[in-house]
Amino acid sequence: MAKLQDTLLLYARYVGVSVRSQMQYRASFVMLTFATMLISGLEFVATWALFDRFGSLAGWTLPEAALLYGLVNMAFALAEGWARGFDEFGQMVKSGGFDRLLLRPRSTALQVAGHHVQLMRIGRLAQGAVVFIWAATRLQVAWSPPRVLLCLLAIAGGAALFSGLMVLQATFAFWSTESLEVFNTVTYGGVETTQYPLTVYRDGFRRFFTYVVPLATVTYYPALAVLGRSDPLGSSLSFQYASPLFGFLFLIVCLRVWNLGVRHYHSTGS
Amino acid sequence: MPVIAVENLSKTYWVSERAPGTWGALKSLVHRRHRAVEALGGISFTIQPGELVGYIGPNGAGKSTTVKVLSGILVPSGGAVTVLGRTPWQERAAHVAHIGVVFGQRTQLWWDLPVIESFDLLREIYRVPREDYRKTLDELVETMALSELLDTPVRLLSLGQRMRCDLAAALLHRPELLFLDEPTIGLDAIAKLTVRNLVKRLNRDQGLTVILTTHDMDDIESLCSRVILINRGKILLDGTLERMRQLVTTERRLVIILADESTWIDGVQARVIHRDGARLTLSFDPDQISAAELIGDITSHYPIRDLYVEAAPIEEIVAQIYQDTHT
Repeated sequence: MAKLQDTLLLYARYVGVSVRSQMQYRASFVMLTFATMLISGLEFVATWALFDRFGSLAGWTLPEAALLYGLVNMAFALAEGWARGFDEFGQMVKSGGFDRLLLRPRSTALQVAGHHVQLMRIGRLAQGAVVFIWAATRLQVAWSPPRVLLCLLAIAGGAALFSGLMVLQATFAFWSTESLEVFNTVTYGGVETTQYPLTVYRDGFRRFFTYVVPLATVTYYPALAVLGRSDPLGSSLSFQYASPLFGFLFLIVCLRVWNLGVRHYHSTGS
Repeated sequence: MPVIAVENLSKTYWVSERAPGTWGALKSLVHRRHRAVEALGGISFTIQPGELVGYIGPNGAGKSTTVKVLSGILVPSGGAVTVLGRTPWQERAAHVAHIGVVFGQRTQLWWDLPVIESFDLLREIYRVPREDYRKTLDELVETMALSELLDTPVRLLSLGQRMRCDLAAALLHRPELLFLDEPTIGLDAIAKLTVRNLVKRLNRDQGLTVILTTHDMDDIESLCSRVILINRGKILLDGTLERMRQLVTTERRLVIILADESTWIDGVQARVIHRDGARLTLSFDPDQISAAELIGDITSHYPIRDLYVEAAPIEEIVAQIYQDTHT
């Protein structure tokens, strides 16, 4: 427990350093933040247009889908913000920068994450929050403490899951200098996919995002519970409440794989 | 107890050959063709506390592989290594908490931030108690004249200033062993001298053990009492600079400045290897004739304005050794 506290404290320090670094270029920071907000805002316009044309999608109304959209985007924004270092990791291995991290008496994953905390992702976070709040006020949902808690858990679980994907992608850099676009397809495709109710997709697709990369699991099922909708796929309420945990599980597995990569690096040095 | 004990250390890299492109990358995950490259072929040495050792060799000799193994970055293929009582790669975190590493080519400081912010973060990373940190920092600021640099963003520092800060950064956690990798690379003459003096003082006054890898032979000559020369993964020599010279040649040089430019020196037991106006460089073998005899011989026959004896530059010696081992 003391160790976890110690780790979180150091991470907070890294955040502080990143904030001050990025504030050296204040104008650029402000513009980039607005740009990300605008871009993700435009994405939502597309969703809105879709519902405006068809009224509902697989039985979901626009505010219902917007709730899901908000959850997914907030989760993704958090992951992009705090795990950005993993995104740039290939470069770090190539330049030999990773050696430096190995020379410090701390976990490598923590140092890679702390290496670059990307604040401008606040833009997407804010946009997701706005959509979520708009949806929350439109819906006839009784905001009981368990429901609020479940939403927070879903965001955290989703963030953990997206982070896991980024860790996994970075791990590949230990073996090859090529970047694998396949991962981006899963990550960004995952964001796009899980913004919509899972039932609009075909079986194979649905299974992939439920069992292989359990993105839908951590956001779709909690959303069902919050909205009080019955699941056409027949999941129980207790499963819906527990589902965000799979995001954390996924991250733990990814960090294990990461450690394998670090061990491989130790024996090859490249 | 020695600070470093290396026994029969070997490292073989498996270099994979694969087709280019993403498909090649994917394919290579399943199947690769490998070629073995021996970087270290069984080297042994020990280093005692307080030593300042130059670790030299041409590019690709195995220098950085050795340093990577000793600092815990790389796991060797064979052999035993003990650094400060630990096997580096088995207890990475405990090991690196006690060593300092400076790369001349790369800073470990945060580029956009004032130097002091990097120092503060390193304190946190190394878990240095606040009280100890204060004390160490004050000392370093004093000896390295850093007080004016602390609040400057790293990107605005000159290379020499940055190197001083990097050196300080590597010492904040009071390591017992310091690795310096090309610490004077790219520095101007004054900055080089400053860095050398700092290293010398750290070694002399605080008993810090230092391993220095460099291509700058002036670094070696002014700092190291002991040199380990490595090439193609083998140690060629482990000893004093003097022994390294003797390995190649016992030649000494006598530089004389003649009173009269037109004088021609003849019939002495030395060879004229360079002449520039009144200034002559003679080469002689001290086994055949001592410097005193030679000087006596010359001054009794020719009018001399000035003279001095010098050893062959270490630069040439090393070039000679590298060349010999390449052929």
